[in-house]
Amino acid sequence: MATQQTRSLARFMMAPSVVLLFVWMIVPLAFTLWFSFQQYNPLNPIRDGFVGFSNYALFYSNPAFLQSILNTLTIVVAVLLITVIGGIMLALLIDQPMWGQGIVRILVISPFFVMPPVAALVWKNMIMHPQYGVFADIARFFGGQPIDWFGQYPLTAIIIIVAWQWLPFATLILLTSLQSLDGEQKEAAEMDGAGFVSRFIYLTLPHMSRAITVVILIQTIFLLSVYAEILVTTNGGPGYASTNLPFLVYQKALLEFKIGQASAGGVIAVILANIVAFFAMRAVGKNLDK
Amino acid sequence: MARAVTTQHKTIATAAAWIVALLIFFPILYTVITSFKSEQEAIQGFNLFPSGTMESYSEVQAQSGYFKFFLNSVLLSVGSTILALLVAIPAAWSMAFSPGKWTKDILMWMLSTKMMPAVAVLFPMYLIFRDTGLLDSRIGLMIMLMLINLPIVVWMLYTYFREIPGEILEAARMDGASLWNEIVYVLTPMAIPGIASTMLLNIILAWNEAFWTIRLTTTEAAPLTAFISSFSSPQGLFWAKLSAASTLAIAPILIMGWFSQKQLVRGLTFGAVK
Repeated sequence: MATQQTRSLARFMMAPSVVLLFVWMIVPLAFTLWFSFQQYNPLNPIRDGFVGFSNYALFYSNPAFLQSILNTLTIVVAVLLITVIGGIMLALLIDQPMWGQGIVRILVISPFFVMPPVAALVWKNMIMHPQYGVFADIARFFGGQPIDWFGQYPLTAIIIIVAWQWLPFATLILLTSLQSLDGEQKEAAEMDGAGFVSRFIYLTLPHMSRAITVVILIQTIFLLSVYAEILVTTNGGPGYASTNLPFLVYQKALLEFKIGQASAGGVIAVILANIVAFFAMRAVGKNLDK
Repeated sequence: MARAVTTQHKTIATAAAWIVALLIFFPILYTVITSFKSEQEAIQGFNLFPSGTMESYSEVQAQSGYFKFFLNSVLLSVGSTILALLVAIPAAWSMAFSPGKWTKDILMWMLSTKMMPAVAVLFPMYLIFRDTGLLDSRIGLMIMLMLINLPIVVWMLYTYFREIPGEILEAARMDGASLWNEIVYVLTPMAIPGIASTMLLNIILAWNEAFWTIRLTTTEAAPLTAFISSFSSPQGLFWAKLSAASTLAIAPILIMGWFSQKQLVRGLTFGAVK
């Protein structure tokens, strides 16, 4: 029953959010685009000026560039695989009748509330430290050689830390979805003699598909821009072994003051995020329309 | 009808779930335990039973002024949340109660702004903050956090508001309630639970935000994320102090989080999973 008056009122009420987000999206991005065609060095401004696409060429020819894109995608895909598959298994387990389910839920969800720098530092120093970490203690207990995680497998170590932070999120959402599955349907399937596996494939999994889509979308947003975990553990190293695109851009901008190149990298990061987002948003849009 | 559950099945499920849950929780548990050790104990190998000393806690406060960072975290997360609510409530309200042709598209577009990698605009934001004198200021960071969480706040409020039946509003209108009365006496009481949930989730997100809070602050406005990151370049062994600082940084939000599991699911899935 929207009259002309309420409709313009609605627009007026929406305006602050829309304008703020629009400005926030456009203004800094326009700056970045502009800088990406400039030579700009705050420490050495003599050669500043328009340079065409050479920043992109420089960024592209940097051996770290391809590696950082590969690392970015590896982190996203690996963490998604671990958290979605692990999350489904955990959700199925916690959904079983048991004693102390509430406490189990609380324990499992906890890592999600730990701020990234704390998570990274705790894993770096207390768990994965080659000398004093718990993993090293365990290795020594079994007579093995402790692994230098951040020296030998830096990317794997970061993936483990990030997966630890996001597994709780996936589990909680999938568990919530699982618990909304109609009990009678489950019983009917059981009566019909459907085993655990076929019940899972034909009943549970389709029911959870919406939740799984949402988990993938949300995590992708955050995983594309993993930053603090790298900053406090490996600092992108050794070499560029654990540098992702956001971290490479940060290094160029704030450590090397190569603003032009950093901006070119930023533009590439935006394009990459948009490609990923395009597919993710379409999937979610479809799923949310119900 | 409940399914008949054998005790054996239940015992196995309980044992398996508890083992997995404790493994996942272990890094947090071990951090809390280590915070009650002396530095000497902390590096003497695996040990679950600390001597119970509190010296790390008092040292963290004495050496680095933990409380100031804590206060900044509180101010930034609560302040940015209130700002976001002020901007988002009217928008979500109008989208939920007088949706137009473009409402769905606007919502999707808002969400898509979250996809922009923060690092792509780091330098421009740095310049803007520097030139406006907002660098390392609480108000600047509050605005920043408000902007990055605004899409989620609008979405979340929208999903809550949409569940308020429109007929009630119409009935109130029929009875001659003005728009103002409608908002104050009809809508607000029904909207408060949704607003409270949104607030809770947004405080958690803002508290843990670890890109802008680290990069746009130095000392004055630095919250706990920046404080903890400063521990990343170790000078000597400081496991117990690190643990104490970490415990202090995560405890308030962890406890808040435990009480907000349901809202978390709803909020972060935009009402798609309840």
